[in-house]
Amino acid sequence: MKTKCLIAVFIMMFTPMKTSIAIEPSEIFKDPVLEQRARNLSQGLRCLVCQNQSIDDSNADLARDLRLVVRERLRLGYTNDQVLDFVVSRYGEFVLLRPRLNTRTALLWLSPVLILSFGIIGIIIWFRRRNLIEINNLSPEEEKKVLCLLSKNSNSKNGG
Amino acid sequence: MKFNLRWSYFLPAILLLTLALIFSVYLEKIKSGKSIRDVPSAMIGKPVPSFKLPGIEGIGEGFSSKVLKGKTTLVNVWASWCQPCHLEHKYLMKLAKQGVWIYSINYKDTPQAARLFLTKLGNPYKSIGADLTGRVTIDWGVYGYPETFIIDKNGYIQYRHIGPIMNDDLTQKIIPMIKRLNK
Repeated sequence: MKTKCLIAVFIMMFTPMKTSIAIEPSEIFKDPVLEQRARNLSQGLRCLVCQNQSIDDSNADLARDLRLVVRERLRLGYTNDQVLDFVVSRYGEFVLLRPRLNTRTALLWLSPVLILSFGIIGIIIWFRRRNLIEINNLSPEEEKKVLCLLSKNSNSKNGG
Repeated sequence: MKFNLRWSYFLPAILLLTLALIFSVYLEKIKSGKSIRDVPSAMIGKPVPSFKLPGIEGIGEGFSSKVLKGKTTLVNVWASWCQPCHLEHKYLMKLAKQGVWIYSINYKDTPQAARLFLTKLGNPYKSIGADLTGRVTIDWGVYGYPETFIIDKNGYIQYRHIGPIMNDDLTQKIIPMIKRLNK
């Protein structure tokens, strides 16, 4: 019984939850292509009232109004970029949950690559050092010296 | 004894310094009194969006973007249901008494509630436009209430105040800005 319970909990933990959406039936397009475009766009736009929710998720009044703006523009035949440009012109780049690549966001976009390359460089340096230590064997002369010292040591021990 | 200094020994110190730097930047932000939630306005330096709003029933006609020219003006976005709007109202009355032209956008309000608000607290506005759908307010890039914009005489947005205007905002930001633009 207990294990069954645990298994059930385990399965539930990894079942993807149906994400809540705030869209009201009256807003939905009849055309499924247009509807999908509207959904995709709203998922990429930040709700400025809740800030960490997209307007697709948020029940805030402003989010609803922004969804309606997006949908109205799509109905009028605007392209996705034109719709986003309009919202950005009003609320700034901050509304985009996927920031565009430009000089101000370059560091943000490049940071994963930078961190990864730092890591790779670090690993390479570490391996090289390890190899150096291994390669660093004694030269024949040094070996002779060591043997000499060792034999002297044992001689003096025997002599003493 | 030989002391082997390796760069990795400095790692904790480097981490500490980085964190200290990040914290001090945020501390400065907090000290400056600006909310971290405040979104930098995309509208500053741009001309006012064009619009035409009807008036509130029984308080006169609305206005259009055409009137926001020729003089430094304020545009205040408010609603009777918005509590901070009640707080800032007496400062708007003060400004109006000094001869500042304040236009206002009444956001998603009912005429009755808006009229009651203004008869109780006074009417500092040159003209009021009723934005029942919230569309004009989106054109202004507004996301909280109240918000106040300062428009120069050429019809360009020069300043945006998010949240209620309190006494310090009035004396340290709004009035100096209007004076500067009137020069």
